[in-house]
Amino acid sequence: MNLAWLLILLPLAVAAANQLVLKKTGLAPLISTASAIATFVLAVLLLGKNETSHFAWATIGDFSINIGYKLDQLSTGMMIVVTGVGMLVHIFSLAYMKEDSAKARYFTGLSLFMFSMTGIVLADNFIMTFIFWELVGLSSYLLIGHWYQKDSAADAAKKAFLCNRIGDFGFLVGILMLWGITGHLAFDSMKGGLEHFIAANPLIATGVISAAVLCIFCGAIGKSAQLPLHVWLPDAMEGPTPVSALIHAATMVAAGVYMLFRLQFTLGFEHFEGLTASTVIAWTGGITSLVAALMATQQDDIKKILAYSTLSQLGYMVMAVGLVAGEAGMFHLFTHAWFKALLFLGSGAVIYACHHEQNIWKMGGLLKKMPITGFTFLIGFLALIAVPGFSGFFSKEQILEAAHEKNQALFWIAAGVAVLTPFYMTRLFVVAFLGKTKSENADHAHEVGPLMFVPLLLLAVLGFAAGYPAIASKLAPAYHQPEHLIHLGLVTYVSIAALIIGVVTGFILYTGKDKDPVSIPLFQNRFYLDAIYEKGIVRYFQDAFAMIISFIDELLITGLIVNGSSRAAASFGNLFRKVQSGSLQGYAFCFGLGCLFVIYFAVFGH
Amino acid sequence: MLAILVFLPIAAFLAILFGAPARLTALAAAAVNLALGLYAVFTWQCACWSFSLPVLEKPAMNLAFGFTDGMSVIMVLLSVIVTLAAVLSGKAPEGREKLYFGSSLLISAGALGAFAATDLFFFYAFHELALVPTFLMIGMLGRGDRRDAAWKITIYLGLGSVILLAGLVWLANLAGTYDIPTMLNAAKSGALKIDPVAQKSIAALLIVGFGTLVSLFPFHSWAAPAYASAPAPVAMLHAGVLKKFGLYGLLRLAIPLVPEGLQAWLTPLLVLLLGNILWVGWVTISQKRLDRMLGNSSVMHMGYIFLAIAALIAFPENPLARSAAIVLMFAHGISIALLFSLADRIERSTGTLDLQELGGLAKAAPKLAFLFGIGAMASIGLPGLANFSGEILVFLAAFKSYNGSSGLGPVQITCILSIWGVVISAVYMLRAYRSIFQGPAVKATESARDISFFGRIPAVLLIVALFAVGLYPNLLLNLLNKF
Repeated sequence: MNLAWLLILLPLAVAAANQLVLKKTGLAPLISTASAIATFVLAVLLLGKNETSHFAWATIGDFSINIGYKLDQLSTGMMIVVTGVGMLVHIFSLAYMKEDSAKARYFTGLSLFMFSMTGIVLADNFIMTFIFWELVGLSSYLLIGHWYQKDSAADAAKKAFLCNRIGDFGFLVGILMLWGITGHLAFDSMKGGLEHFIAANPLIATGVISAAVLCIFCGAIGKSAQLPLHVWLPDAMEGPTPVSALIHAATMVAAGVYMLFRLQFTLGFEHFEGLTASTVIAWTGGITSLVAALMATQQDDIKKILAYSTLSQLGYMVMAVGLVAGEAGMFHLFTHAWFKALLFLGSGAVIYACHHEQNIWKMGGLLKKMPITGFTFLIGFLALIAVPGFSGFFSKEQILEAAHEKNQALFWIAAGVAVLTPFYMTRLFVVAFLGKTKSENADHAHEVGPLMFVPLLLLAVLGFAAGYPAIASKLAPAYHQPEHLIHLGLVTYVSIAALIIGVVTGFILYTGKDKDPVSIPLFQNRFYLDAIYEKGIVRYFQDAFAMIISFIDELLITGLIVNGSSRAAASFGNLFRKVQSGSLQGYAFCFGLGCLFVIYFAVFGH
Repeated sequence: MLAILVFLPIAAFLAILFGAPARLTALAAAAVNLALGLYAVFTWQCACWSFSLPVLEKPAMNLAFGFTDGMSVIMVLLSVIVTLAAVLSGKAPEGREKLYFGSSLLISAGALGAFAATDLFFFYAFHELALVPTFLMIGMLGRGDRRDAAWKITIYLGLGSVILLAGLVWLANLAGTYDIPTMLNAAKSGALKIDPVAQKSIAALLIVGFGTLVSLFPFHSWAAPAYASAPAPVAMLHAGVLKKFGLYGLLRLAIPLVPEGLQAWLTPLLVLLLGNILWVGWVTISQKRLDRMLGNSSVMHMGYIFLAIAALIAFPENPLARSAAIVLMFAHGISIALLFSLADRIERSTGTLDLQELGGLAKAAPKLAFLFGIGAMASIGLPGLANFSGEILVFLAAFKSYNGSSGLGPVQITCILSIWGVVISAVYMLRAYRSIFQGPAVKATESARDISFFGRIPAVLLIVALFAVGLYPNLLLNLLNKF
């Protein structure tokens, strides 16, 4: 068996073995972790390969749906992110979940996730992408709901699944339309089909393609948590923190960006320039990045702040893809994966050390209490706010450059986000890590063990260095090396000014404070979008609508028509004074009538 | 040999009637049948499976069985799998074992007979044979409003059968034979040409007749109360197997024999199937009891199979639609049987199926939660389980004739609206799972028993089938590609 198939199937085999055999033995966590390390090695071995292979999964006549893999720079680079973060999260989890009674289930979920994510990345056709897309949704559901006895966790898991499903509705329609347009499902043959279609229908081509792309984008809106389906991601923080690092920061939520980029790459970037769909995508990303950053400024839960920051950064990436500058988006995906995983695992270490305290206003002084965690968190923080020299700086510069070149309005939105990001992250860092401890839990905090801090250190190295061409050109998916490492110009000045404004304001406002001096209910309450969805759309629209329909169904169809006819039949039955149970009468009556028909036609029909 | 398959359950029924131990006899018959069914999968093209016994000379009528094509094989396979699972999951009320297991066997025999029959009369008669014990079981051993439910299903299916019969007899009359393969060959070779006006009327009779049996909207309201009230094996066998008779009939007879007639009814059919998916979908969302919810969901999912049939009607050359419909029929049969079987376990373990009285059951019964989770995910259409394979093929079938140059046709628009149903099923299934298994434990679930080893066997049997077709649909499709 070749390495790529092994890479796909190993985590599935491990998940199955865990569930069926190893659950009770206590070996499940170790086996899962070993498999995660093995997949990372496999991913490294596959770097830079170019090949495809597939087998027929469902065949009807000469049509078939295939399952296969496509190795190219894009997919092998993405596999490094998935398996690299995955491996470190597995190791971190060994310690983080040590005392959990259901850790076998947890690691089974992680392995299932690794399988599904690998499938999305390596897929060589759109149906396969969709299959694994759904499976990723399942593993996310299982892991968010790991502590299912908690109402909040169970609700969050359900919400995540349903938001994703709504996006997948559009995604599937888009895939079907694209299949109709190009006549193919496999990535390799789509481009030819598309060009043939454009040549045959020059007038309507852009409109139809735009519609299909927009439908497909719905899938990305769900999975990458863009407005208006972003609501599930902050709630998903109910899951164990390593899960948030792996799935809800570094890999799964980036799958939407990856998929869109794969789409553009497959069909040819030239077809996306000036397409209405591209404009919609870019603006969705831009608005999401701004709105999420605003929400992040007023959150108190350390994981929630990071979650909104993830939304905001994903918005950047989506915007880049919409501007048909997907390389920049993919580069940011690559650097973001490392430093955001680092920040989440760091917050996990903090939460672990503070006995499950997540409120930053009850932390404080953690840099002294937990020097390694604090120091690595600092590196992640500097990378996220894009301090020159750190990985986040290089990738964000590319996105801002692209925006500056193609759309001024979006460039200034992105610049606004570049002010907000250092502001809310400074707030987080100053309140939680500096100053005095603000609660007993934080007082008792002490440094975590090596199983936790070694992954942090490794991520810190990458979080710092992943942006340099020496590393990025080898590992990053679709990396496009710029001519100069730093290109001084308006964009750089704006972003450095933004950085300084954000950090300084954050320091001035929050140093030495015990509670938030700023209170903006609109941001605290997430622009009231969650409430509008829950009360407005779900309760008063969907459920009320369902109730009304159910009522009519009961009343009209059941009540009038059927009971009416059954009453008629019943009285008819009484006429014949049959005493047995009513159902038998009715049946006998009908059957008798039926027999009469048979006899009539059999005898007189010829 | 097919005759053995059909008559074994009847023989077992008679044996039970004359005092053989009910559960054991039923189990043995079902197990032998499963073995025979699996054997048939590999050898169905052998002539040895056919069987014919003249019954009437004029008009010529034979008690004849045979595998007309891969579709019959798959339906027989579905029947034998679900039968064994149903017999294994059943728990008869004290003193009612004979009726309970005997009826289950009769339903199975009726379904097998209908799927295997190659004679139009017996095709119909075997289905009727299966209905009688269904009514009896609901009326006598059902729960809740069992009389009402039994009444409703009797009236509905009785009337549906009569309408169907009229259509079938008309068809046989025009074809001049009761032998189904002869009819099909005549239609294929052009020897049998039914005039368009008659086609239209026959098609209407068949759509309404078969449609009622499959709970096509708006003839669906018998289904949910009947399944909610029926004992577990009956719900499993009827929703899982017997209900597919109507779809099987449409694919076997209506599509090849009255294609133009069906085309005239395409638009109404599209509207009705949307009624199944969207209307009944929303009805399902507002259900407060698990059994009701599952009953409605099984009505809803019929819409997708009708969508495949509609795609086939709209473009008779469509290569995907027929196979898609068959895969989905199989998948739905297995998954709904699994869900009804496990719902019964939930009730036995907690004493209620009211969603508001349940909660946190996964803590006390993790195995039950796991198995039910697989059933729920299958029903939602999660890849890796059989229902997804069917549904994705149905959607592809509906889009087969779309090429972007012209706008979306009615079938594609219906398909897009139907895909919204995928969201609806996720809503009600996850809500139910959430309120039964997750959250903190409540009074009913605190000390609930988990499912026992023997209790798990039928569920595992069904789940293996779901995974087999879900992971590699070609297992089924290969049967259909061979002619």
